[in-house]
Amino acid sequence: MPAITYGSQLALGAIFVTLIYGVLRFANFATGDMMSFGTMFAVLLTYYFQSAGVGLGFLPTALLTLPLAILAMILYMLFIDKFVFKYYRISKSAPVQLAMVSVGVMFVTQAIIRIIIGPFDRRFMDGEKFILKASEFKEMTGLSEGLTIKSTQAITLVVTIILVSTLFWFLNKTKTGTSMRAYSDNEDLALLSGIDPKKVVMITWIIAGFLATVGGVLYGLDKSYKPFVYFNNMLPIFAAAIVGGIGNPYGAFLGGYVIAFAEILVTYAYKKFFIYLLPKFLEPDSLVQLLSTDYKFAVSFSILVIVLLFRPSGIFEGKKI
Amino acid sequence: MRRYFNIIAAYSIMLFLIIIVGIFQSWSIALSILNYCLISAVMTMGANIQWGYAGLINFGIMGYTALGGLAVVLVSVAPVPEAWSAGGLNIIGSLILIISLVLIVRFFLKKYKNHKYKNYFITFSIIFGVILIRFVAFPGIEAIEAVNPAKTGFLGGLGMPVLFSWIIGAIFAAGLAFIVGKIALGLRADYLAIATLLIAEIVVSIIKHEDWLARGVKNVIGLKRPVPYEIDLQTSPWFINFVEKLHQGKLNLLSSVSDKKDMLNQLVIDASSVYVKLCMTGLFLSVVIILLILTQKALYSPWGRKMRAIRDNEEAAGAMGKNVVKEHLLIFILGSAIVGLAGAMMVTNDGLFTPGSYRPMRYTFVIWVMVIVGGTGNNFGAILGGFVVWFLWVEAGPIALYLINFFTTHLDETNALKVHLIESAPYFRFLMIGVGLLVIMRYRPKGLIPEKINVKKI
Repeated sequence: MPAITYGSQLALGAIFVTLIYGVLRFANFATGDMMSFGTMFAVLLTYYFQSAGVGLGFLPTALLTLPLAILAMILYMLFIDKFVFKYYRISKSAPVQLAMVSVGVMFVTQAIIRIIIGPFDRRFMDGEKFILKASEFKEMTGLSEGLTIKSTQAITLVVTIILVSTLFWFLNKTKTGTSMRAYSDNEDLALLSGIDPKKVVMITWIIAGFLATVGGVLYGLDKSYKPFVYFNNMLPIFAAAIVGGIGNPYGAFLGGYVIAFAEILVTYAYKKFFIYLLPKFLEPDSLVQLLSTDYKFAVSFSILVIVLLFRPSGIFEGKKI
Repeated sequence: MRRYFNIIAAYSIMLFLIIIVGIFQSWSIALSILNYCLISAVMTMGANIQWGYAGLINFGIMGYTALGGLAVVLVSVAPVPEAWSAGGLNIIGSLILIISLVLIVRFFLKKYKNHKYKNYFITFSIIFGVILIRFVAFPGIEAIEAVNPAKTGFLGGLGMPVLFSWIIGAIFAAGLAFIVGKIALGLRADYLAIATLLIAEIVVSIIKHEDWLARGVKNVIGLKRPVPYEIDLQTSPWFINFVEKLHQGKLNLLSSVSDKKDMLNQLVIDASSVYVKLCMTGLFLSVVIILLILTQKALYSPWGRKMRAIRDNEEAAGAMGKNVVKEHLLIFILGSAIVGLAGAMMVTNDGLFTPGSYRPMRYTFVIWVMVIVGGTGNNFGAILGGFVVWFLWVEAGPIALYLINFFTTHLDETNALKVHLIESAPYFRFLMIGVGLLVIMRYRPKGLIPEKINVKKI
């Protein structure tokens, strides 16, 4: 269950990276901080709503503030695009140069976040914590092991399903989505057939704003909000995007789950598992982890290296490299 | 002479800024900024060789820096005999196992190139090998970490002079660069950036969590120094006499003997830290100058021309019979070795090894900003970038504080906005660096001192 939750959060980020890469053609190093920026608005608005006494009952208030945060995020992204990225896009700079520019954006975004909200750890989750507590589950089923479902996990799942299915519907079925895919496949041909590049870029940033904010808020609800952690999350997100085949949204979506499951499977403590499986005298006395949890990040990156070695374009064909 | 005018001007401004810090804050701070500037300059030279000469983008600088630091620990710290007797055999055993595992996999890859079950063999041997290594290494690691965990709990080093470790640091980094280069150099530019970034993260996480190697996040402190210690200086008579002579006039103004003595004591303490830092500066400066001469020579040699040709048009260079892959790997290794050297220098300067402090922000992106700001492909530019950006990075806090105070003078002391801004002054450094990078990228994409190539006009 944690794997699915974490995977959904990664998947949203990975689709974000992949969309920017596909349509705007550069690796966006500001990913983590953009997610953090959107979440910051949600956190601040949540505090404001809480003080005003507005809430959603058993659901976290953050869900109410989400649309406003998305709006702020989209405005910020369009602002950045207009003043920073547009110049390089029009002068057709090399992708590396755009990547370096995104590093600059990363610095600025990080500074703004820290100046506004500070670098501290914040929890903004309210409402009901658990949908299903371990003890309740035991009572219900009569099994001796508990199973808990945190409400954030359920929320993450539901929101991700809604958002991702809408996104794929949009990309495949609507005219704008098709034009976006055309632009990403072959820019010149798309321009010839009368697609407006400005509109495509704008729509991409708007979608990116949705994905970044929702992904960030979900992660923040599940764990907590800390700018530094968000910056670090950029790395597994990149790993997920590349593993899935960069430039390919479906690949990125699955890549997120691949990374999350691998991390959890490798660092999971198998002690209980073996206790049930093996006779008494073989019972292990340590935690029986393949690797200690310290190596969580390292695992996902090793997967990336292996994928790069054997299938450089990702598990699901992405862009040519 | 005119050609070098802007270079000389830029460096004199930089020196002037550091002197200003010396006068207004303290000479000790100024010198430590200068030292870090020199270290950053070495790092940027490494990155510049890769990016400026060959167009390879390496976001893994953090990993090489950390390896250089690790080399200092492994070379200069005195060995811990108890730990060696407790688990040394297991560690050596598992090292042999790892080497033989690699050899076996290579053997399979070479011998049974077209065999149907080749991949199964390899997977099986890797899984089996990993389990075996765990069984051999685990008791050893636990025994080593149990030896006096508050102070040692690791194998220690070789107990050799610390300057030697600088070379070892460079070799370590070169070794890592060889592996990374073999894996990742075939990738396109931005893929290479991401891949190197992630590999560096793996390296750092291994250093962080393998406590038997270098105590991991528990840090190693009190490393050896190539220069005298402050405490020794403060008790050595020649140094006290020297300081007394230097401040003769000031001391003569005081009448009472005890006052004189207190004053002298204070002066000696101040002077000793300045003296130590000056020694360090001398060492670092000589490294920078040697590297500068070497890299300049390389840049204008036939080899440098070849690298530029490969950078500007890979296919054409390949068609002319240059081995692009080999040259890329070579330059990747060279640049990384220099970064490793810088990492070792930095740990030596600090006197402590803190794996927890290796973060991509500080050790990869800031270095890259230095290269871009300074001037890609130009060594003088790269060094200047190291100086300017590091100076900004350190002094941004004080500057921001001054500006905030200046602009909010009309607000009263307890105004919420003012208090908040003053509290967040340290974060303005990100803002300054970021905005600086964006401005440079936009209006001077080749950096402060751009690359100059002398072409004879026909």
